[in-house]
Amino acid sequence: MKSVSIAEIIKNENISENIYDMLISVPEIAKEAKAGQFINVYTGKGECLLPRPISICGIDEKKGTIRMVFQVVGKGTELFSALKAGDTVKVLGPLGNGYDISEECTNNVLIGGGIGVPPLLELAKRLKGKKQVFIGARTNPILVKEFKALGADVYVATDDGSEGFKGNAVELVRKINPDVDAIYSCGPKIMLKAVADWAEEKGIKAQVSMEERMACGIGACVGCAVKIKKEGESDWSNLKVCKDGPVFLSNEVVWNE
Amino acid sequence: MSNINTSINICGVEMKNPVTTASGTFGSGREYGEFVDLNRLGAVTVKGVAAHPWKGNNSPRIAETYGGMLNSVGLQNPGADYFMENDIPFLRQFDTKIIVNICGHSIEEYCEVAEKLSDADIDLFELNISCPNVSEGGIAFGTQPVMVEKVVSEVKKYTKRPLIVKLSPNVTDITEIARAAVSGGADALSLINTLMGMRIDIHRRKPVLANKIGGFSGPAVKPVAVRMVYQVSKAVDVPIIGMGGISNGDDAIEFIMAGATGVAVGTANFANPFATIEVVEGIENYMRKYGIKDLSEIRGIID
Ligand SMILES: Cc1cc2nc3c(=O)[nH]c(=O)nc-3n(C[C@H](O)[C@H](O)[C@H](O)COP(=O)(O)OP(=O)(O)OC[C@H]3O[C@@H](n4cnc5c(N)ncnc54)[C@H](O)[C@@H]3O)c2cc1C
Ligand SMILES: Cc1cc2nc3c(=O)[nH]c(=O)nc-3n(C[C@H](O)[C@H](O)[C@H](O)COP(=O)(O)O)c2cc1C
Ligand code: FES
Repeated sequence: MKSVSIAEIIKNENISENIYDMLISVPEIAKEAKAGQFINVYTGKGECLLPRPISICGIDEKKGTIRMVFQVVGKGTELFSALKAGDTVKVLGPLGNGYDISEECTNNVLIGGGIGVPPLLELAKRLKGKKQVFIGARTNPILVKEFKALGADVYVATDDGSEGFKGNAVELVRKINPDVDAIYSCGPKIMLKAVADWAEEKGIKAQVSMEERMACGIGACVGCAVKIKKEGESDWSNLKVCKDGPVFLSNEVVWNE
Repeated sequence: MSNINTSINICGVEMKNPVTTASGTFGSGREYGEFVDLNRLGAVTVKGVAAHPWKGNNSPRIAETYGGMLNSVGLQNPGADYFMENDIPFLRQFDTKIIVNICGHSIEEYCEVAEKLSDADIDLFELNISCPNVSEGGIAFGTQPVMVEKVVSEVKKYTKRPLIVKLSPNVTDITEIARAAVSGGADALSLINTLMGMRIDIHRRKPVLANKIGGFSGPAVKPVAVRMVYQVSKAVDVPIIGMGGISNGDDAIEFIMAGATGVAVGTANFANPFATIEVVEGIENYMRKYGIKDLSEIRGIID
């Protein structure tokens, strides 16, 4: 039987404006987790009923820890930001399917936008071959140094030009025009669509991590629907981001809405 | 220890305890079955099943509200054939009753799904005439007494198992609807379905749900649900399955005192995957604490 874990917080640090870096001790999740999966974090407050889905940013199986990087956008994340080392939080996971890591690919391109960057960090750790990471942000790009420390080529784009290229991450990808045989991405839908267009031009199926509002997070409520048209099928159907995703192939997502 | 009897009887179907799941919140039991032992539930009520697959509404379909949530799933389901092939055999592995919630866009569609399932190995039907999330059918049938009576009596021709009719709270007088369902042939009633609600994202100046309006559920709706169960139990003589915000045993006892025979746990599952079992245990604890041997001692005790 599965269980909800009570995780101890090891640290919870404010790393950028409104962005927190939380490390929790949950050996049972760390043992199973893959890059691109997420966990449900419970607020413990009756008025904030639903668990909050947060991507796994780091997995340390030996130490039994999971790292999450989250942005404060509302009541739940506000509550999480106030947690201190030694506090506990209820979590459920790992959830979803995660990225498929292809061993043969030698030119990996990772494209992250805003708070979609964190799950790419654990992915970058696990990828063999060359890693070219494109990080987009409105103004403060996150985790840049950590990607560099993994030996990745890191390119930064900001909307206001305060750091790196002025524009969005996919514009920068097109400008750099890297050699590529595998594409992984996470970020706002509008960016993922641009990634999908670029991937199509390159003849590659990008792995994109989608976001949708969730209730259960485990596939029971059908709350988190995304339109997917599988290759070979004549019509699209609504799949579940929490169970069938969050990672989908860019050529199978029905983008035009 | 166990000289308490939690079992109930709904139209000849014996349930080991009054606890079932609220349709649409528990799939067909597979997912939450990884957290709780389905053998411990009185029944599993499955997600609404239609005669043919339904795609449901656009996303976002979920919005949290204070102490509750809105949903506009729109009854996405893979259809009766898939259900019979996959979900019934799965559920029959467990010692629990199967309540099949059925939906349609028209009287013909309701009858079609009831007919398809008429010989299926299930225990009870629950007729959803109260979903706020589909434009035709659903709530349109559940809010007018004449229509309620008609759809119930038509569907009744095809159901070989007892028929529970699920009522919408989005009406002025719930007792009028309850009476119409019973005169149409309802063997039991369940209530409440979700209340119609809405949330607006003031930063984007748009409704949060793609469907604009959705169904409101969770702890915040409980007082409305208890009141309606109470009124309906005074108005008709059929068993009632009460639901709306039940999260623990004490909540369930409230519904039973208001007149419910069974209770269903819905939105609470999302906040706590063990909610169903905690309700079962909470009811037992309450019975022990007050020396209650059978739930009939407290059922409907409020005048
Ligand atoms: C698979 C997945 C992975 C995610 N990973 C991360 C991550 O690594 N870091 C991070 O900062 N954020 C991540 N998010 C977004 C995060 O879930 C929301 O920012 C968070 O739920 C907001 O909660 P809140 O209470 O602060 O906001 P509120 O607006 O008060 O939340 C109200 C409700 O809306 C939901 N909600 C609000 N915004 C979103 C959103 N963007 N996506 C989904 N549900 C939302 C909440 O879960 C809650 O149910 C992820 C979302 C998904 C679906
Ligand atoms: C996500 C979701 C999906 C639902 N789907 C159905 C459904 O398919 N058929 C139905 O009769 N009721 C459906 N309902 C209503 C519930 O079964 C229940 O009547 C209502 O949510 C009140 O109970 P609760 O507060 O315990 O959730 C759904 C509710 C939710 C939250
Ligand atoms: S959140 Fe319930 S099915 Fe995905």
